[in-house]
Amino acid sequence: MSAGAGAGVGANTDAAAGTAADAGAPTAGRDESAAGRHDPAPARVAPLRRVNPVTLLVIAVILSVPMLATLDPVSAGVAVALELALVPATGVPWRTLGRRLVPVVVFIPVAALSMLLYGTPGGQEYWHFGIAVVTENSVNQSVAISVRVLALGLPTILLFSGVDPTRLADGLAQVARLPSRFVIGALAGVRMMSLFVDDWRSMTLARRARGLGDHGVLRRSLSMAFVLLVFAVRRGTKLATAMEARGFGAFPTRSWARSSRLGVADPVAVAVALAIMAVSLGASIALGTFRFVGS
Amino acid sequence: MASGARVTVEGWGWRHAGRRLPAVSDLDLTIEPGQRVLLVGASGAGKSTTLAGIAGLLGGSDEGDQTGRILVDGRPPELQRGRIGMVLQDPDAQLVMSTVGDDAAFGCENLGLPREEIWARVRRGLAQVGLELGLDHPTTRLSGGQKQRLALAGVLAMGPGLIILDEPTANLDPDGIAEVRAAVEHVLEVTGATLIVVEHRTTVWSGLVDRVVALGVGGEGVVADGPPARVFAEDGAALEAAGLWIPGSVSPCPRADAVDLGGPALRLDDLAVARERRGPVVRSGITRSVRFGEAVGITGANGTGKSTLALTLAGLLPEAAGAVLASDELRAGAGPRPSRWRSTQLLTRIGTVFQDPEHQFVTSRVRDELAVGLRALAIDRVRVDERVDELLARLRLDALADANPFTLSGGQKRRLSVATLLATSPRIIVLDEPTFGQDRRSWGDLVTLLQQMRAEGGTIVSVTHDAEYLQALGDTVWHLGSVSERSAA
Repeated sequence: MSAGAGAGVGANTDAAAGTAADAGAPTAGRDESAAGRHDPAPARVAPLRRVNPVTLLVIAVILSVPMLATLDPVSAGVAVALELALVPATGVPWRTLGRRLVPVVVFIPVAALSMLLYGTPGGQEYWHFGIAVVTENSVNQSVAISVRVLALGLPTILLFSGVDPTRLADGLAQVARLPSRFVIGALAGVRMMSLFVDDWRSMTLARRARGLGDHGVLRRSLSMAFVLLVFAVRRGTKLATAMEARGFGAFPTRSWARSSRLGVADPVAVAVALAIMAVSLGASIALGTFRFVGS
Repeated sequence: MASGARVTVEGWGWRHAGRRLPAVSDLDLTIEPGQRVLLVGASGAGKSTTLAGIAGLLGGSDEGDQTGRILVDGRPPELQRGRIGMVLQDPDAQLVMSTVGDDAAFGCENLGLPREEIWARVRRGLAQVGLELGLDHPTTRLSGGQKQRLALAGVLAMGPGLIILDEPTANLDPDGIAEVRAAVEHVLEVTGATLIVVEHRTTVWSGLVDRVVALGVGGEGVVADGPPARVFAEDGAALEAAGLWIPGSVSPCPRADAVDLGGPALRLDDLAVARERRGPVVRSGITRSVRFGEAVGITGANGTGKSTLALTLAGLLPEAAGAVLASDELRAGAGPRPSRWRSTQLLTRIGTVFQDPEHQFVTSRVRDELAVGLRALAIDRVRVDERVDELLARLRLDALADANPFTLSGGQKRRLSVATLLATSPRIIVLDEPTFGQDRRSWGDLVTLLQQMRAEGGTIVSVTHDAEYLQALGDTVWHLGSVSERSAA
């Protein structure tokens, strides 16, 4: 690990990066300041990647709760604009961001349309059919909800793209002090997901081989999901045995091979998040568009 | 480094909760520090239960009833976790973390060791098993043999005095087996730890252990005990009958008589294969052909694309480039490319047996399982029943007709997975590692069955690492890696 990148700021290099570290090399990679991930750090680590994953959870709450509390396009619009301006500091490449935003963007028209037709009627009425009424009010709400979906989706993607589950687990156990049994169990479960993907693929091919591949995708998927559940229970049992064989749960205290701490980057990141919310809500109040949900 | 642990088993027995009969009863066994023991016995002899008992993994009284006692260095194994290290059969089931370093460190963390100490031990453990890929190497990118060595390294880092291996090489290719064996040998020399290993293919370990202990079925306890050479000489026949391969074992199914090959069945034309649609190509430029009646064996190291080639050839995966072309005789009215056939068209033309039989079970009764393909072909009820009865009898599954396929033994599952495919009489059968993890008896059952099909004119394409299997069912060997074809005659 290069000096500087990790020192003093907690659990900190992007673990997704390298595979080339040499186990035999005399590095200081396991000491406190190096924070435990082993690859030589890339020359520049994005500022957000120096923030402890637990802090990222807190930031996610800061950035989303106010967005749920008000329903106006200005606050959400300002928040989205500020967050986009900060993309370079998150280390998430624009292309990755674009790809991950696709589901969010797909969801927007669904939310917008239902608001448009069934939002609280008010102001001028433009069109109606049965209980569906398009009014001035519902148009405004529809626009507001579209921006809001983006304002909720964008920070989640930016905060958690490339967060290593292992680092998150280290943080939850050492910083948030959650019970290690729970944290390690969940982590091991996440790791098993790739096995389930392989299981699913093999089962799909096997159904084709057995003459069941032509019809009934839905029914087939349901029955495969059931078998996958059986596999999951069985794999889980085996894994639990393997973990127990390595002393998991046998001793009252457990140590951690990787340290996870809070550093300078953490309060800074929280402050930035609070500032984003202050500015966006402030703008909305100043322009008189601020409105509590339900008021 | 810790020295070897002593294991004493005194009148020990274990009955799993809810079972009528004990898995093990009245077992007496003493293993001296530093001894290397190969534990053998037929399936049902309670080897795995005994290992789990010695490792302290059977759980408390709600998991079963214990009689007698087991001591490791004079204390119950549950209190000796750090002294006992165990490696299990399934390489995928025992990886806990996502990188090599983190996984090797997991046991030490549980022991509560200080951080500097953990990483020093992890480095040493990985060096001892020869796995120096870097601490950040993802565990998903390891081969089976590497995964088993990693599990061993994680155990070693804990500094155990007793190493327990439960069929550590049953799921590995020959390279992986050699890697794991060499790693174990080195580790024992360096640490002086006591070893207990269970394996059907005893030849792998016979040169390394200094004692063989054979367990009998039905609570007979230890039926043979002594140096490998003596036990194999005196009790060899009984051990073979119990399903073991012992050094010098002759294959239960010798090479079948040559059959006359028929016309062309499949042609691979400059084929490239990929595990997923539009995924990365794992192998390309394959030009080969298969004739009716031929038995083709596909071999080669891990990651050379054997299984992917087999699944593509079987019409289950689309070709990444080039084509798999069926001859007119095989097509019998269907299109030229098996990958474009409907699922029901495959049934009577090309059948596939998957590496894990459970992946292909779709019902909850053995009888229904055999009928699936026939029903998909819309064959009338009476004839389906006749055919199913015939298959049940032929494959000795009749007593299990109403059992749930998922509850069968490994050998039975394998037989059933082959039987389901025989039901619709495909002209070509493709098998992916059919003999992985099978003991000698179920191995013999399977190979005999395939040889019978062969004699009846069936065409068989198998992905395998198994030399004896290739002897019995590989007229033509496709060795991926060098991509050279040779006759195995």
